[in-house]
This record gives sequence, C-alpha cells and structure tokens, in this order.
Amino acid sequence: MPENSRQGYLKLLLGYAAGVGKTYRMLEEAQKLKQQGVDVVIGYFEPHDRQDTMDRVQGLEVVPRRKFVYRGSPFEEMDTEAILRRKPQVCVVDEFAHTNVPGSARAKRWEDVRMLLESGIDVLTNMNVQHLESLNDAVWQFSGVRERETVPDWVVKEADEVVMVDLPPQALLNRLTRGVVYPQEKAQQALENIFKEPTLVTLRELALRQTAHEVDIRHEPQDVSGLSPLVRDHAGSSTSKGEATDRLLIHITADPSTAALIRRGRRVADFLEAECFAVFVNTVEGLHSLPGPERQTIQKQLNFARNLRIETRILEGEDVAETLVGFARRQGITQIFLLRARERSRPAAFGRNLVQQIVWLARDMQVTVVAEHRRG
Amino acid sequence: MFLGYTSGVGKSARMLDEARRRKERGEDVVVGATQPVIPPAVEDLLHELEVIPLKTLDEMQVMDVQSILGRHPQVCVVDGLAYHNHPLSYHTERWEDVKELLDAGISVLGSVNLQYIDGYREKVESITGKHVAEVVPLEFLKSAAEIEVVDAPSATLLQRAGKFPGPAGETQEHPAAAQQQKLAELREMALLLTADIVDHQLKTYMQSHGIEQPWGTQERILVCVKAGADARQMIEAGQRNAERFRGELYVVNVRQGERSSKDEAALEKNLQYARAARAQVEVLEKEEWTAAILRFAHEHRMTQIFVHHSRKESWTERLFGSGVDRLIKSAEGIDIRVFPR
Repeated sequence: MPENSRQGYLKLLLGYAAGVGKTYRMLEEAQKLKQQGVDVVIGYFEPHDRQDTMDRVQGLEVVPRRKFVYRGSPFEEMDTEAILRRKPQVCVVDEFAHTNVPGSARAKRWEDVRMLLESGIDVLTNMNVQHLESLNDAVWQFSGVRERETVPDWVVKEADEVVMVDLPPQALLNRLTRGVVYPQEKAQQALENIFKEPTLVTLRELALRQTAHEVDIRHEPQDVSGLSPLVRDHAGSSTSKGEATDRLLIHITADPSTAALIRRGRRVADFLEAECFAVFVNTVEGLHSLPGPERQTIQKQLNFARNLRIETRILEGEDVAETLVGFARRQGITQIFLLRARERSRPAAFGRNLVQQIVWLARDMQVTVVAEHRRG
Repeated sequence: MFLGYTSGVGKSARMLDEARRRKERGEDVVVGATQPVIPPAVEDLLHELEVIPLKTLDEMQVMDVQSILGRHPQVCVVDGLAYHNHPLSYHTERWEDVKELLDAGISVLGSVNLQYIDGYREKVESITGKHVAEVVPLEFLKSAAEIEVVDAPSATLLQRAGKFPGPAGETQEHPAAAQQQKLAELREMALLLTADIVDHQLKTYMQSHGIEQPWGTQERILVCVKAGADARQMIEAGQRNAERFRGELYVVNVRQGERSSKDEAALEKNLQYARAARAQVEVLEKEEWTAAILRFAHEHRMTQIFVHHSRKESWTERLFGSGVDRLIKSAEGIDIRVFPR
C-alpha cells in the first residue's frame, strides 16, 4: 500500500531523436526546482559524455545506480528501491522507454517510474516519439528502423503533462557532425542510420503532432471544469461531443502483420475515444488443439493486445466470418478492423477470401481493412 | 525563428542560450533587440553577449539597423519581431528590418508569439479576447531557414505567474480552468502550425529529391462518393475523423458515363454536403474507378479511404470481385474503411 494517497505528478518531455536536448532540458528544470527549495534527486541519467549536459548535474543529488552482474557481465540500472527509501519530492529519470536487463524486478523503466508515482514522488522523464507503441510500424516504414524499446500509448496518456523538446533537424545534424551527440565513430554510424534528414524531419513532424494531440486530450473543455490535473479520472473516457461511442473490434489471426493491425486499431480507437476489443476465432475446440507454433503466435498476439489495454476474447466457430460478424453484431460493434488477405490465400473464382466474406457479411457496419505495411 | 504560443514560455532564454553557445564556438554574435521587460534569467545571459542598444525616437524604441549593418556580425539576435517602428522609419515594421539584415548576409535568431502571426491573430483573439495591433506575415515565418517551437506546459506558466503550485508543491487553489483551457488551445495551435510548416518542408525535400513519400505523417481521409448513394453519413464520419486526428478531409467522385438527372441531383447534394463539411472536393474525369481513386490517394498522401459497401453482387463481381475488393487488394499502406449504405 502506498503511504501517500497522492499519486505523483508525471511530466514527460517528448523529443524525436538523441541530441535534441531532452536530458539537458530536464536537468535545467531540476536545477530550477532545487533553487526554489524543492527536494529533487536524479534517479537515473545518461551523461552521453556531453559536457553541456554534465555541467547541468552540478549540485544535484544523484541516487547511485544499482550495480549487478548478469551472466558474467556487469550492468547498471536505476535503483528504484533506493529512490523509494530516499523519497524525494521530485525524481529525474532519463530514458523512459528503456528496457531493463533481464532479471530486474520490472521489465521496463516506465514500470519503475509508475512505482515512484504510486508512492507519491513526482517524476520528470523523457522519451522520443518513435518509442510510442502505436507508431512503431510507421517509424519502421519510413526509417527502416524497428524500435525495440516501446512504451504503450496508455502509459503516455497517463502522464500529467507532455512537453515537446524541439530542435530543427539541420541544427541536430550540425551537433552530430561536431561530435556533440555521439563520439566520432558512433556519429558516423548514426548518420547512416536514423540521422538522415528526411527521417528526422518526419520524426519531428510526428512529435509535434503527437504533442498537440496530448495537449488536446488533456484540455478538452468538458474535462477541465473543476478537475485538478493532479487527480485525474481514469474511469472511462467518454466522448466529448455527445456522439454515440464507437466500438472497435480487431480480428486477431496468426498472420505476422497482426501486431501492426493491433497497433493501428488501438491508435484509431484512442483518437476516436472508442472502446477497443480484439477477438480470435478458433475453428477447433480449445486453444490447445491448435498446432504449437500457431497457438504460441495467437497467445502472443492476445497478450500484446492486453498489454495495450484491449479487451480480448477467444470465440469458437466453424465459420470464421460468420462467428466474427455475429459477435460484432451482438456486442454493438461499429467498426471491424481486419488485415488484408495475403495473395496466396486468394481462392479461385466463385469463392471469396476471408476478407471478402467478412466485408460481405458485415454490410451493416464499418469494416476497415489495413494493408500489411511493406517497405521500399 | 523561435515560435511560442504565448509570452513567458521561455523563448528569450532559449534563443539567448543558443546565442551564447554560438559565441562559445567562435561565431560573431550580437544582440540587436531585447524585450522591454527583461527577467533575471535572461539578464544573466545578456551579460555574456554584446548588445547593440535600441534607439529611442519620440519615446519609441526601435532597432538600430544602421549600427548593426555597420558592425556586421555573423549572427544577430532579435528578441521580439512583432513591433511597429517609428512612422518615419525606413521600414514600418521590425520584421522588415530583419529582412534587411538577412539581405545583408547577417543570420538572425528571432522570436515571435503566435498571436502576432497573420492568419492566427484573429483565432488567438477569439480565444483570449485580446487584440494586438502588430502583425508578422505567415509567409515571413515560413520563409525562415529554421523554425523551432518553444513548448511549455500551461500549468508551468500559471505557476510562474504565481497562480499555481510547483509540481512538487502542495495542492493549492487550482488555476481558473478556463484560463488553462485557453492556453492549451493556443499551445496546440502553435504545435500544429509548426507541424504544417515542417510537413511542407518535407514535401519539398521529397519532391526535389524525387522520393515518393510512402507514409503520411498526418491523417488524410479520402471519402469516395458515387452518384446514386446518399453519402451524408460517410462524409460526417470523415469530418469527425479528420477533426479527431487534426487531419485533412477530401471528398471525390469519379465521373463515369452518362448520368440520369436524378443521379446528378443526388451527387450534387453529396458534394454540397462535403463542401459544408469543409472538405476539399474534386470530381475526377473518366477513368477506371479503382485506378482513379488510387492515383488521387497516392498523389495526395492519403492514409484512409472511405467507401460504401457494394450494393448487390453481379456475375462479373462474383468472378472478378467488386470495385471495393479491387481497392482493398491494391491499396498499399492505406486503410480502406467500408461503410454501410
């Protein structure tokens, strides 16, 4: 049980690449808080060997990292338990999207941060927009980089404030070539990787739009009246303009692109403030009857959906299309999300593929078909 | 150009911090204009820089353009672009002075608030109720080599104004919700304005390098209307989606063959409805339907296409699939949303 009934305040600085100044800005803010007499500590920060950044740590209390050995190699992580014991008013935590070394108490740093918040500690943290789960496929598509460290959108949504840390891409590239961001050899590698101008410009635009959206959802006229930003109500997000609530249903299959479908459905549901469900239709009895690899894939997809706070269901039925559409109709679903059929699954004339069957059966509702994203 | 959504977000500090770092790297930097009221943090930064003082003409403070041109630094800082000059000055507005500096080969770091940008001034005024006389053209902002948005949470601003506790402070009186709401609206506007400028830069870059942009950074919705069907619901959904995503809405019709006057009237009603929904409306000329829609969608970087379910199923459709089927099959990276009739 948390000792303090007040949940900590989470402020998230959003950037679009390493080197835009997130850590710098965060430390600058920590210095200001300290001057005002606030009890602030650094829970974790990455100096990146940047002099300007290291200068900003001067005079701030740093909670030492937890050092440990995993499979014979030394590692360091944020010492969440030590911070909880120290119990400052405000804790500064770099790299919100970081994945902890296996064997840590929690898998993700954002989970550590939630622990701090639950005990009433305010947290100042940062991440890049490409770490947002629902943008994962889009980022991969235009940059060629598949981000492995992701933060579910609902975690970001729970932050009290999201603030954009902006820097024009050309200025960022100048910093990179001057060796301010990374040491020389790593900088070269970065230039060939994500630090290409169009990629940076695209990421920047995404970050700007995402921040605008985060501002928007926090300050809808109906939301603020008499509502403190410190105690936010998580009990269901009702639509603001009195429209009927949308209900989205995502069709889960063993297709590898299903993760992309789930992300897309989740993102659309978030923007439309819709409820979101996901179902798998099993044509045999019981999940255990499925062949091993398929069962594992389905379970993985269902877990993934649940982690994004999507309610999941397993249905049984011989006819997938009929079972899915029947369920949708009973549940008052307004929109079904499907993955486009792959070429090879296209049957001969006089037969419809699954997508065609569902589209045909669900003529009384909206059906969204998402093309699997290809690169190049 | 440093763009802020209101005063007090920290534009001056951010800009002068950059000026300081440039000076440390050996660039020749001067400050050509400062704000009338200077907060202590900004004062400290100014001490580290060379300042060319403003001139006073009939109690009016104007930038000393001649002295700056004579001094001819590499970089000149102009804190606050939206100022009238003295009526007898060579330029009537300060942003025109800045243009002169740029023409003389001097780089400028400048700052401006959203409320002074032409085209946004009225919107801001309708939110804040405050009228400002000074104006900076949107085109001038867009012509800047770089634009940087200076973002800060509205709560922090109110806190700076002494109306709200710090993040770690005790919960005191909550700032007027209305005030916070207004600031949030301005903030969102500044972020989206910057995003639009960035998007334009991206498009230009892609075109000049002959790269086709496969993926939209902004949601763009294309609603396909046909002559015979009432598309009102679909257009309404398109409008709502565009609004929620802060995206763009397009409504198109593909002209196919001769139409009955009844169909013609139904189509015109749909298009009128689309215009009322502030969609960009286009009628595409004779072409195979799927091809026409896809070509338009790719040209305009659509992310979603809205279309009606097929009404009935003919023998050819059974054999080769309906137009909707073909659209689903061929649309790369675009969601196809099929609507009930």
